[in-house]
Amino acid sequence: MTDDILRMREITKTFPGVRALQDVNLSVRRGEIHAICGENGAGKSTLMKVLSGVYPHGSYEGEIAFDGQECRFAGIRDSEQRGIVIIHQELALCPQLSIAENIFLGNERSRRGLIDWNRTNHEAQTLLDRVGLPESPVTTVSDIGVGKQQLVEIAKALAKEVRLLILDEPTAALNDEDSAHLLDLLRGLRTEGITCVIISHKLNEIAAIADRVTILRDGRSIETLDMGADDVTEDRIISGMVGRDLEHRYPPHEPSIGAEAFRIEDWTVHSPVQRDRVVVADASLSVRHGEIVGLAGLMGAGRTELAMSVFGRSYGVDVSGRVYRDGRQVEIRTVRDAIRHGIAYATEDRKRYGLNLIEDIKRNISAADLGRLARRGWVDDNEEYRVAEGYRHDMNIKAPSVLSVTGKLSGGNQQKVVLSKWIFTDADVLILDEPTRGIDVGAKYEIYSIINRLADAGKAVLVISSELPELLGLCDRIYTMSAGRITGELPRHEATQERLMTLMTTLTSKDPAR
Amino acid sequence: MSSVSTDVSTAPAGPPPAGPARTTVFGVSLNIRQSGIYIAFALIVVLFTILTEGALLQPQNISNIIVQNSYILILSIGMILIIIAGHIDLSVGSVVAVTGAIAAVLMVDYGIPWPVALVLTLIAGGVIGAWQGFWIAYFGIPAFIVTLAGMLLFRALTLTVLGNQGIGPFPDPVRTLSNGFTDGYFGNVGLGVLGGADIFSLLVGVLAVGGVALSQWRTRTARLGYHQAVDPLPVFLLKIVTAAAVIMFVVVQLARFRNLPWVLVLLAVLVLAYSLVTTRAVFGRQIYAIGGNLQAAVLSGIKVKQVVFWIFVNMGVLAALAGVIFAGRLNQAGPTAGNAFELDAIAAAFIGGAAVQGGVGKVVGAITGGLIMGVINNGMSLIGSPSERVMLVKGVVLLAAVAFDVWAKRRAAR
Repeated sequence: MTDDILRMREITKTFPGVRALQDVNLSVRRGEIHAICGENGAGKSTLMKVLSGVYPHGSYEGEIAFDGQECRFAGIRDSEQRGIVIIHQELALCPQLSIAENIFLGNERSRRGLIDWNRTNHEAQTLLDRVGLPESPVTTVSDIGVGKQQLVEIAKALAKEVRLLILDEPTAALNDEDSAHLLDLLRGLRTEGITCVIISHKLNEIAAIADRVTILRDGRSIETLDMGADDVTEDRIISGMVGRDLEHRYPPHEPSIGAEAFRIEDWTVHSPVQRDRVVVADASLSVRHGEIVGLAGLMGAGRTELAMSVFGRSYGVDVSGRVYRDGRQVEIRTVRDAIRHGIAYATEDRKRYGLNLIEDIKRNISAADLGRLARRGWVDDNEEYRVAEGYRHDMNIKAPSVLSVTGKLSGGNQQKVVLSKWIFTDADVLILDEPTRGIDVGAKYEIYSIINRLADAGKAVLVISSELPELLGLCDRIYTMSAGRITGELPRHEATQERLMTLMTTLTSKDPAR
Repeated sequence: MSSVSTDVSTAPAGPPPAGPARTTVFGVSLNIRQSGIYIAFALIVVLFTILTEGALLQPQNISNIIVQNSYILILSIGMILIIIAGHIDLSVGSVVAVTGAIAAVLMVDYGIPWPVALVLTLIAGGVIGAWQGFWIAYFGIPAFIVTLAGMLLFRALTLTVLGNQGIGPFPDPVRTLSNGFTDGYFGNVGLGVLGGADIFSLLVGVLAVGGVALSQWRTRTARLGYHQAVDPLPVFLLKIVTAAAVIMFVVVQLARFRNLPWVLVLLAVLVLAYSLVTTRAVFGRQIYAIGGNLQAAVLSGIKVKQVVFWIFVNMGVLAALAGVIFAGRLNQAGPTAGNAFELDAIAAAFIGGAAVQGGVGKVVGAITGGLIMGVINNGMSLIGSPSERVMLVKGVVLLAAVAFDVWAKRRAAR
């Protein structure tokens, strides 16, 4: 029998309306680096939250055994006491505190309730040496870069005498040099006997560092591959991630494609927090009337940033590039400009950016173009009601009336309200960011039908999605994006999940469209 | 479009869509979060009527409640817009003081005709609002900080203008606006045991009732024309009759005393206008959108900065109006005028059902909230309570009102 430090058996976790994990099994050997792979939404982060106690015992089904003992964590503190430490994708450091203070946050080196600063800084220095970070312990965290902050997080984990270190997308925000350093550090920790679980989209990194890899798909554990023994390549991992079942989950659609409606050229966007970091680099794409075009890419590839920066500079700084509508170059500086030029953007996060959840359906639908329902600044609320009722009927929004508050609708119905809102602006170009995220299967089919209808009405639709089967089932043409660049363009009949995933995970820019 | 098929049977069931928290009273469904405030107001009035053995509703006392609280009510109208947008204004007390001082300097020291001076004062209030609105909307400093600074700045400005003394007296028309009553243009009429009452006041009351009834009826018919759900006819009539009874009671009492206070006429116009703006105007609706979800409002193309800027300008103008009325009522502009008015105005808005997170609130609610505090003030002083006890009760009422709102929201979220 192998020496497993961690065994998770038959883990099932359900959220209202969604089964996030189903009978997931994961076993990690002592002292190995174990990678977890899967598409966005496959359940990786949920699984790690179950493991670390974010979702306490009792909120999921299944068993967790750590070091042979069954675990029933009530919270993160419990799992940390056992030596399980998770480092989240969004770093959890206090930017205004020093490195040393962050390392011992909640774990302070103190004597009789007073912090022992000498010991704090001295031990912090030892830990910094261990992770290879040449900074003083008293440096403020906000003064160091993201790569170094990641190392501080690891030092913090080491301070807790970590035995199982979980890293969620540790290199997503790092440049190549910092990533290489981080991977070296993980190898070093392995020789010290620390077990690592790493979640990553970067398959080349996984191939370089992991001993074994477990693949999740649609909330299930598919297989565990031994990177040494089996003949495992990146392609092998991809085929595990995407699966091969493309059922009849998509309504049939015969496209009738017209002239070009929307084109961007050489679109470049910089991050608003790190102005020197390029988030979108020289991206060019086009969508024609009646056409449904997909934009595929993993988290952090820059898809949403691309869409939002086009939509009236809603994201990013130092934005450059050109936008064409129906062949004519247009200048779009604000959201109103975008709406005026017939461009709509339905956000990926409808609760935070899409809906006023405390308002009713009617007022959400009219929000982006209220002026159309008004004369001399006064809204005709009866007309507004009529319009909204029309959308409720057409879109099959399941609510007693348009006076129902949107916060109480299910995800699918909320999405229909968002779509109604943008259709009401009479947009010709609809950019739909993850239009079916968090929506159940039946409602997804309805959303796909609506998208098809929009295309049939001559609208140009750009669909951003992390679900490859969805793009393959819906789109006439698909672009792939990776690390801020458009890395490929495939017509529907040439696109396969494997080809897309390969293009989505390349880090070099090879642009067959040019 | 009806070709869309839904495979609901295989889909996991989502939460059933539901309306706001409702409770049923005598078979009439009530939105407790919205109507709770009016019920509370009614209960408080009944309570103090009993405690004061009817003195609360005597003609002169009703007139006093209105005149004594008019400036707070005016401030609360501006404040509710700001709170709906998710901001706050702590400076209004100081703005009342400085605009009162400006009005006094213009009217008394420079002898400028009062209508011109009034307009100039309102403009000054607008400029003050624009100053604060600029820092909040365009520079991005939280309103809490900007208006806290404004509270100090404009108090300092008041003291600079006035020194340590008041300026007065004000011209008669200004005093009439603050303190005075409409003339008995058509003489008196006998109301039996109630004695004589002013015909003009009664006429205004009847017209107001008629206007309310007519506009409500027209709204109802228009909605029916669009197949919208409306109250059943008996409920509708009950609401109209209740409103008419309350209005007529107040008007008859006032007509028996000294006719209608001018500030009541002014307040009625303001309440009507601002209610319309908040419910029907594009501008007003955008305030709710901003407070409800700022990000979504930005991504819907609403000019958030402009809207926020203008609601602060509006607050400045209303504060200036309150400043003139307050100064006119005391017949002098003093350095301590308007002290702690901001707290009363903010409390009125929150007691009146505004949400701390923004996005929720009504002009009529804020007015009711202000009146609740006014009635507590007045009623407790009638029964001879010491001022510390009045303060205690007002604090408890404010806390209870917001606690109720939070509770109702949590209940509704289930």
